[in-house]
Amino acid sequence: MSTTTLTHDEAHHHEAPKGWRRWLFSTNHKDIGTLYLLFALIMLFVGGASAMLIRMELFQPGIQLLDPDLYNNLVTNHALIMIFGAVMPAAAGLANWMIPMMIGAPDMALPRMNNLSFWILPAAATMLLLSFVVPFFPGGGTQINTGWTIYPPLSVQVGMSMDFLIFAIHLLGISSVLASINIIVTLLNMRAPGMKMLKMPMFCWTWLVTAFLLILVVPVLAGGVTMLLFDRHFGTSFFDAAGGGDPVLFQHLFWFFGHPEVYILLLPSIGVLSHVIPAFSRKPLFGYNSMVGAMIAVATIGMVVWAHHQYTIGMSLGAVTYFMIGTILISIPVGLMIFNFIATMWRGAMTFETPMLFAVGIVLMFTFGGLSGVMLAVVPADMQYHDSMFVVAHFHYVLMPGAVFGLFAGVFYWLPKWTGHMYDEKLGKLFFWTNVIGFNITFFPQHFLGLAGMPRRIVDYNVMFTEFNVISSVGAMIFGLSHLLLLYIVIKTIRGGKKAESRAWEGAKGLEWELDSPPAFHTWTVAPQIK
Amino acid sequence: MLQAGLLLLAGLLFHSAAKAEYGLNFPEPAAGVAQEIYDIHMLTMGIATVLLIIVFAIVFYSLYFHRKSRGYQADQNFHTSWFGHWSWVIVPVMVLGVDLTIAGKADIVLKKVWDVPKEENIMDVKVTGHQWWWEFDYLDHDIKVESRYIPEEQSGDLYLREVDNPLVLPTGVKIRFLHTSADVLHAFWVPELAVKKDAIPGYITETWAELNREGTFRGQCAELCGTWHSRMPIVVESVSQDKFTAWVDGQKAIKVAAAAEASADKTWSMDELMVKGKTLYETKCAACHQVTGMGLPPAFPALNGSVLTKGPIADHLNIVINGKEGTAMQPWGTLNDLEIAAIVTYERNAWDNKMGDVVQPADVKQAR
Repeated sequence: MSTTTLTHDEAHHHEAPKGWRRWLFSTNHKDIGTLYLLFALIMLFVGGASAMLIRMELFQPGIQLLDPDLYNNLVTNHALIMIFGAVMPAAAGLANWMIPMMIGAPDMALPRMNNLSFWILPAAATMLLLSFVVPFFPGGGTQINTGWTIYPPLSVQVGMSMDFLIFAIHLLGISSVLASINIIVTLLNMRAPGMKMLKMPMFCWTWLVTAFLLILVVPVLAGGVTMLLFDRHFGTSFFDAAGGGDPVLFQHLFWFFGHPEVYILLLPSIGVLSHVIPAFSRKPLFGYNSMVGAMIAVATIGMVVWAHHQYTIGMSLGAVTYFMIGTILISIPVGLMIFNFIATMWRGAMTFETPMLFAVGIVLMFTFGGLSGVMLAVVPADMQYHDSMFVVAHFHYVLMPGAVFGLFAGVFYWLPKWTGHMYDEKLGKLFFWTNVIGFNITFFPQHFLGLAGMPRRIVDYNVMFTEFNVISSVGAMIFGLSHLLLLYIVIKTIRGGKKAESRAWEGAKGLEWELDSPPAFHTWTVAPQIK
Repeated sequence: MLQAGLLLLAGLLFHSAAKAEYGLNFPEPAAGVAQEIYDIHMLTMGIATVLLIIVFAIVFYSLYFHRKSRGYQADQNFHTSWFGHWSWVIVPVMVLGVDLTIAGKADIVLKKVWDVPKEENIMDVKVTGHQWWWEFDYLDHDIKVESRYIPEEQSGDLYLREVDNPLVLPTGVKIRFLHTSADVLHAFWVPELAVKKDAIPGYITETWAELNREGTFRGQCAELCGTWHSRMPIVVESVSQDKFTAWVDGQKAIKVAAAAEASADKTWSMDELMVKGKTLYETKCAACHQVTGMGLPPAFPALNGSVLTKGPIADHLNIVINGKEGTAMQPWGTLNDLEIAAIVTYERNAWDNKMGDVVQPADVKQAR
């Protein structure tokens, strides 16, 4: 392509197209990023509504609101929607918006594929919705009462909803793999001249590792659910012992995907923190190289410890010992990451705007969740914790601070850049406090429920578990409703507010802050030179 | 010394709580291995608590003192100091130290939990999970116990923690549990015994325990097994060896009497079968098909006015004896001829069915 044609193209495309075509046919990383974030926000409310229904049912012993299959279907949907619908698309939205701006690239490397990887998502969400709706029609079969783990043989008993779910998982997987390929290609090829790998902003590093993880594990899940589909309809016996198959095999396939998935959800938020904490501490990130190393170590060890989700299936002593020690060792790189964050704050000149509040919240609460993770890694003790409410408390303490609060921090941090307006700081802080307090009231008591013997995924419980369930449900209502405030703040910021400067935060560093707020439709058409 | 200190701290924090009314911690263990598991739980929780306090202290110190509003100037060279250069070694080594402390202790306990004693006279109990009840086979005593939840009207405050027939076990005897499932995954969990193991169709997994005190210990199914996962309580009745022997004799006598009744070459009247059938139906069938016979469609079809209960007797017997592939309907062939005859007679005449059929044990024998 000659220089003349480049100029010609630019002349036609420097303004955003108008109307629905702008969004449906978009190949612009900023617009696609917005679409991803919008989709994630909608899904956050859908997944959150199902969580609130679950907590309403558990508010009192007895079955008041939901019949057991509907309850378990909501448990299933809550997990799938939050993981595949909210957290992953939100992280992909941040990646789309920020990666090209951070590395000085004009767009993602594969813009048309970028469009495809987003527009698969609404189709997948429709499939998931259908899986929920069909049982309400005559002949629709039973609901998906298996939890998101869809373990056979139970998942073979479920009606046609399961087939919709399997196809939804396939679509979501394709979308993730396409987005990952795009991110890897962009990061490896489109960095501004002079930006060596070890000068790349940390958010880019976390997404590079995440994208590799996704490409490695998502196909395994796709294979597992395809085998399940064949067991259901085509007479195979992959997971049926009576036909020479093995029901435990599915669990291995599922968690070979499922455990790295935890890091897929976590790492982009670690990347956000690596920008937010230095910005509001007004000093550089402590231990850049060790952060990169720790992240690669987490991803590598995280790939080979999946069976700690299955300590009770009756593995040999050698196998469980290996999985136990491997899991405990993850605390080393994760501990180093948290240490680096604390050391970044140490002797900084901190201010506490909303992104920083979330960042500090993550450091404290993620440490808590990580430590209960070490407890769970210990096999003999896990014989007690396994599949109890203790596990529910643990993974929400990891995923809410580790993944979701990180995304909130990122949204508040970059919202002025995206919209050109400062958000309302008072409301932002109010959102942080209601959110964090609601979260802790919801999940802290669940530790005690688990230790006292309450299994997870039950629709009805004995009166001895009432007190903590009441507290937890009240907390969940505060927690859930607080997100309406987030919605209000975001809409308010998009519509107007104090004009944001290019460098919206005093301590913010990086190429994205050298662009206008909001940035032009196309940015870095001339790559910056990194010294 | 360090461990003792940590345990003491953990004890201070949690021991009083453990006795509290609402149950903040595991219940008091009732088996040797369960005690060791309890101890390692307290150890790791103690270590976690100490580390958490240290992290919180450092962070809050920093949050308070290293603030711009206090006029603190950021130290731009902190990350290039010797500490910045070597922390990537120091921190992992420290974490590794903690990890090894935990892993070392855990490994010892793990071996005890995993190594089921290879003794000749170990007592074997086969635990089979069903949707949604437990079957306990005392392999050494040739008796079988079926254990089901009791509806709220009868169990009151123990609802979902109480069963009709508990798992009676003797103290001071090593017991091996052999876990398997007849349909989907279940998991046997009694916290006082610290035994949790998945019941997997086609697999037999094992755990063991030696009870060291008498009492009633309650647990629940811990692996999602479908609609009534919440209704699979487990109740262990721990009794002295004498009481256990007496209980076994009682069970054997009941079994002999039932077998004699079933095999007696007797023609039963409709009324007799209906009375027996109602009781059996309500314990074994009503969880899915409901007392009213209306089922819970689409998962559990209604029997009232259904094609099956109003169709040929042979088809009806076939489904009851052999179950239905790919659904939650399991084979009930382990019931004796009389029981099946009573259930089928009841199902064909109860509610609005009124078929007027009487199925005799002899018919069942023929259908098998």
